[in-house]
Amino acid sequence: MKIFGAKSARADAEAAPPPRNAPRHVVLRVRGGALQFGDRRLWHDLDFDVRSGEFIAVLGANGSGKSSLLKVILGQQHLSAGTMTFEGSPVTRGNRRIGYIPQQKLADEGAPLRGRDLVALGVDGHRFGFPLPRAARRREVDELLASVGASEYANVAVSTLSGGEQQRLRVGQSLAGNPRLLLCDEPLLSLDLAHQRAVSELIDTHRRQRDLGVLFVTHDINPILDMVDRVLYLAGGSFRIGTPDEVLRSEVLSELYGSPVDVIRTRGRVIVVGVPDAGHGHDGHHHHDDDPGGNGPIGSTAQGGGPRS
Amino acid sequence: MNGIDWSDLWSQIFNFSDYGDLIVLLQNSIIAGAVLGIVGGLIGVFVMSRDMAFAVHGISELSFAGASAGLLFGVGVVEGSLIGSIVAALIIGFLGAKSRDRNSIIAVLMPFGLGLGILCLALYPGRSANKFGLLTGQIVAVDDPRLNSLIAISIVVVVGLLVVWRPLTFASVDADVAAARGVSVQTLSIVFMLLLGLAVAVSVQVVGSLLVLSILVTPAAAALRVSSSPIVVPLLSMLFAVLSLVGGIMLALGGSVPISPYVTTISFAIYVICRIIAASRARRGISGRKAVA
Repeated sequence: MKIFGAKSARADAEAAPPPRNAPRHVVLRVRGGALQFGDRRLWHDLDFDVRSGEFIAVLGANGSGKSSLLKVILGQQHLSAGTMTFEGSPVTRGNRRIGYIPQQKLADEGAPLRGRDLVALGVDGHRFGFPLPRAARRREVDELLASVGASEYANVAVSTLSGGEQQRLRVGQSLAGNPRLLLCDEPLLSLDLAHQRAVSELIDTHRRQRDLGVLFVTHDINPILDMVDRVLYLAGGSFRIGTPDEVLRSEVLSELYGSPVDVIRTRGRVIVVGVPDAGHGHDGHHHHDDDPGGNGPIGSTAQGGGPRS
Repeated sequence: MNGIDWSDLWSQIFNFSDYGDLIVLLQNSIIAGAVLGIVGGLIGVFVMSRDMAFAVHGISELSFAGASAGLLFGVGVVEGSLIGSIVAALIIGFLGAKSRDRNSIIAVLMPFGLGLGILCLALYPGRSANKFGLLTGQIVAVDDPRLNSLIAISIVVVVGLLVVWRPLTFASVDADVAAARGVSVQTLSIVFMLLLGLAVAVSVQVVGSLLVLSILVTPAAAALRVSSSPIVVPLLSMLFAVLSLVGGIMLALGGSVPISPYVTTISFAIYVICRIIAASRARRGISGRKAVA
């Protein structure tokens, strides 16, 4: 398997290490944010900042408005109340400085699309006209492919690639245009453990290299537990934000959910037991019906202990 | 009871006497075929990547209804088929954003359109050859004004496609990320349906509504079997469509059979050959993957 190849390690070495203790500037700022669909209130009084180079996991039950939060940041959805600024100005639609990685969906066979073409869409897919081959564009795409270790299958039809390979390409695509903020919406869903690890490490490597803010929506924090700086937990219309140790505790989540919840830490994994059903089904846009039932949105015993490095 | 006279049958299907004269006589049809091949091959790539083959069939039945109504009420076949296919394309575009909804809307519209078309034809007092032609194609009917309108509409479709090519590709293959990057996915979808409506309307006039799929879907599907390059596929698709149409017209010239069986047979043969090429590549393990040094 080429997944843990030398590529990402080499990319690591090449990168100039960002000044880790320099004052980090705020990429995204949310103040008093609220989102409501009709009489259903997803969250309110949301206050948080994402700083450059910061990796924040967004957790919460189905229907807690995690994906909707990303839609607001992308300008596809408006806040019901409060403000949201990106690099100091209100969020707008189609901002090129925000990268987006959706969940893996097996690409359809009906499209003429190779690995490099998927990445190229990130470079200039929004522009009008016919994409005539240009050397500068090709070079940019080649660099992005190399930076995510996907050069090997640059010319292979996307529909024939594995889920992990497709997600690598998606990371490359999202990095086009040199974004300041990366939004990941369940990018590990339906990947096996090895690929989950590889893809999240790739995202982690690039946020360090490029000093990127990352908001990572997931129902299972375990693959990224040792990478995240903070956790934003949405539940019961409210939220908690802090380090995983501050937020992922029985008393904190019990208070948030308003019912007893147990957080169990075992062998470096976090498992949340007893999360009440969100009750209103899914959050309007995404249907995460593959969340293993019974256990909470954070971890699940069903997935067993993954290999830890 | 006489059986089929095979030599007579053969000369009905293939007859190349006075071929030179016929070519001159039917040069309009040949030009029409070539233009149509370019349009069909090009838009077929998006029909495939947007999974719209069934929509093409649905639009072509409504286009047939429009053309028949145009014939009956004296509005004109071209005008009628244009109106029919644009109305159908917009209905499908607005109501069928999800592929599930889309399929059921098409399945509802299609028989209605076909029925309406048959009603109009049944009431039309004119020659029956014209009636049949709307369904299975009419090669001899391309006069100068018709050729001009066909070329004009085709230019609109090709230029329109080239302008929206890149964002339309993005929206077709990767709608979520395209929307996140600020591409107006909905607007593009409606623009595409309009262009598709126009392309179907011009195709119906030459190959007939039942066989539009053979130029709007088969060539692109064949091209996708042998390549996944976003540049090679449209080029091959256009080549296949032009070959099918022009080849079909040339073969049909002398025979007394409608043009469509020739076109559909060539188009189908190309598809089969492409599948065989793809299968043999897969057997030899050619995937395009390369080892990284």
